[in-house]
Amino acid sequence: MTGALLDLLLAGAALGAAAWSVAAADDRRALLAFLGYGLLLALAWTRLGAVDVALTEAAIGALSAVLLLGAVARLPAGPAPGAPPPPGPVRRAVAGILCATVSLALMAAILLLPSPAPSLARPAAEGLPALGLGNPVTAVLIGYRALDTLLEKVVLLLALVGVWSLAPDAAWGGRPWAGRPWAGRPWHGAAPDGSLVLLARLLPPIGILLGIHLVWVGAEAPGGTFQGGTVLAAMLLLAAMAGLVELPRTGSRGLRWLLAAGPAVFFAVGLAGYALAGSFLAYPETVAKPLILLIEFALTPSLAVLLALLLAGPAEPPRGAR
Amino acid sequence: MPDPATLAAGTAGGPLLVLALAVPFCGVLAMLVLGGRRAERLAPLLLAACLALSLAIAGTVLGTRAAVVEVIGGWAPPLGLRLRADGLSAALLVTTALVCCAVAAFAWPDLRSPADGPERRAPAVFWLLLVGLWGSLNAAFLGQDLFNLYVALELLTFAAVPLVCLTGSRETIEAALRYLLFALLGSVLYLLGTALLYGAYGTLDIALLRMRVDPSAASLCAAALMTVGLLAKAALFPLHLWLPPAHAGAPAAASALLSALVVKAPIFLIVRLWFDAMPMLLGLPAAQLLGLLGAAAILFGSVLALRQRRLKLLVAYSTVAQIGYLFLVFPLLVGNVQAGSTDAWLGAALQLLSHAFAKAAMFLAAGLIAESLGHDEMARLGPAARAVPFTVLAFGLSGLSLMGLPPSGGFAAKWLLLLAAINGGQWWWALVLLAGGLLTGGYVFLVLSRAMAGGAGTARRLGPGRQAVVLALALASVAMGFVPLGSLGLLEIGRLPGGVP
Repeated sequence: MTGALLDLLLAGAALGAAAWSVAAADDRRALLAFLGYGLLLALAWTRLGAVDVALTEAAIGALSAVLLLGAVARLPAGPAPGAPPPPGPVRRAVAGILCATVSLALMAAILLLPSPAPSLARPAAEGLPALGLGNPVTAVLIGYRALDTLLEKVVLLLALVGVWSLAPDAAWGGRPWAGRPWAGRPWHGAAPDGSLVLLARLLPPIGILLGIHLVWVGAEAPGGTFQGGTVLAAMLLLAAMAGLVELPRTGSRGLRWLLAAGPAVFFAVGLAGYALAGSFLAYPETVAKPLILLIEFALTPSLAVLLALLLAGPAEPPRGAR
Repeated sequence: MPDPATLAAGTAGGPLLVLALAVPFCGVLAMLVLGGRRAERLAPLLLAACLALSLAIAGTVLGTRAAVVEVIGGWAPPLGLRLRADGLSAALLVTTALVCCAVAAFAWPDLRSPADGPERRAPAVFWLLLVGLWGSLNAAFLGQDLFNLYVALELLTFAAVPLVCLTGSRETIEAALRYLLFALLGSVLYLLGTALLYGAYGTLDIALLRMRVDPSAASLCAAALMTVGLLAKAALFPLHLWLPPAHAGAPAAASALLSALVVKAPIFLIVRLWFDAMPMLLGLPAAQLLGLLGAAAILFGSVLALRQRRLKLLVAYSTVAQIGYLFLVFPLLVGNVQAGSTDAWLGAALQLLSHAFAKAAMFLAAGLIAESLGHDEMARLGPAARAVPFTVLAFGLSGLSLMGLPPSGGFAAKWLLLLAAINGGQWWWALVLLAGGLLTGGYVFLVLSRAMAGGAGTARRLGPGRQAVVLALALASVAMGFVPLGSLGLLEIGRLPGGVP
């Protein structure tokens, strides 16, 4: 009974947050409602027993919060000069009707889905011993559908190159955030906000441990590369925001190695699968778990740095050069 | 009908499919690490390797007269993933390879970092994304699982969007942002449909879906969502708004890739979805609707092309129109099944391939003309024919193919579509085809007559190298008319049995 009540409350709150983020008068409020909506969704996933999804939702929510808050801070308060006028009532009505139709059709389709739903849970669980894993989600990500995961890492890399490509020509290869007032003086803690510096000194040791732990337990329990990598990325960003460390130069050979190493190890293990087990991304049963851990631990630093740099944006001209 | 045993079995040559992904993507990693001039020097080697792989795959498909299949990791569907190259995929792989190589040859002389200086932004991004784009297209042509294909679509988006704003100007960044928003909306809709299908049928493998899908609320909803999402990415009228500024604003080499290849991948996936994954859902109403949108794109795109004041925008609107032809395959195939005719299928496939060559040639030609004149305003094209004669000739030849004049590839394509329309008793599509041809002739002749008018204005003469590349592409689009694709039977190999009802 209390469970049902809690679910009802959660669903209502999520819907309310979603509606608020659409209806809010200004960008900042809309954003806050949207972030709240993400948190409520993470709770909803936990209630549904999908802890992996909840962790990912929370991780993505945290990262997009940094990104969106940064974007909102840069936007002018009113409408931008030269921006097209907001849509009139007719266009709004048409858009609303279209959205409502799609939502209703989706609801109908979901309610009419077969019950119990056809599921691959059993074959996914049956394959676990062959991979030496206990967490079926990790088995899907690094085992059965490893090709998807591998290609997703390439997607992220291409996206990072796309973000970098927005740098001014003169700044290419330079550091993101090089234009900030405290840039170039790491460890001086010259950030405007003293509490941020304190936080950036206290949190990272715990965060780094937590990140590595999440990757390590991913084989048996909810967690894994993405969740762990997100926590590590957040720690790097926190320290960089507080001015304690500088983000690496995007042109640095070391950084490029770090970014490429994870996917390269994944490809190498995948191709070695032809020799070891007869096909791409196949793991011989005896060494499946060590190979999977190798992939996960190689991917984690690459992913953490990649995510942090995706959020940090393109290289900027140094402060004096503006 | 595939049983579990056949789904678990790969074929000879299967590892080639894995290499068609691994070589370009490992190449991207290597180029990232090497950086600068060394990365740019690696690119031609990678392109040559990818070209060889594509030819080898097509050779295997033709040689064995069967699709090439590879099961990844030994996990058969529905749990695992397969890659598969049938005749159409093989033809697209080879076309992609040839166009990418031609574009690379075109870009090579100019788009480079200085020999002794540091890495420069535009060349570094262009070469890395060129190789990445090629791998992404291969992934879209080889995937057999709807979620795997979603990943391919994402790869494609993130490889293509930055190419739009390579020059870094305000207008191109705006165009790139609009393209990104359309592409992401398309991705979300596609993903929603994928999730619905998994919930209803417990698999995302195309061959398994083909056996399991029935006309239920979930499958109809999924089909509609995924089709609309893919249409947004393919820029079919009325979802074409993002295309002209994006394709016209990019540097010529990038426009050629975007217009010739990138928009073809979502169209290919629509074909996979409707003809391979759920043919039983493709009734006459849905097919006629897709055909109607295609017809509207042909007429609307061509008329707008006629009215453009800038050459590159004209070429971009021509892409909007030429994409429309591909969608005529839906009503023509569904209406023509009794006759057992493959005319419509062959015609659409030929249009897909010959437009790739013709449009790449046209965009590169437009780029050279703009470089020679210093602008691409239609009213002042006069001195172009004297300054860059081979380029104008190439523009004319590729126009021949777009108009559908013999002996070009476009002629063969449009002739087959016309035959299918008349034999199937759907004469109204024939009218659209003829009107589209006339309008296309209008804008191609408009450009040619302006370019040959002579007159005042300065024009820089350009060397023969890049002009030769453009001419070769245009000749390829004409030569497609001589490739006996029908009698080779390549495009029929590996098509799933059963067909549309």
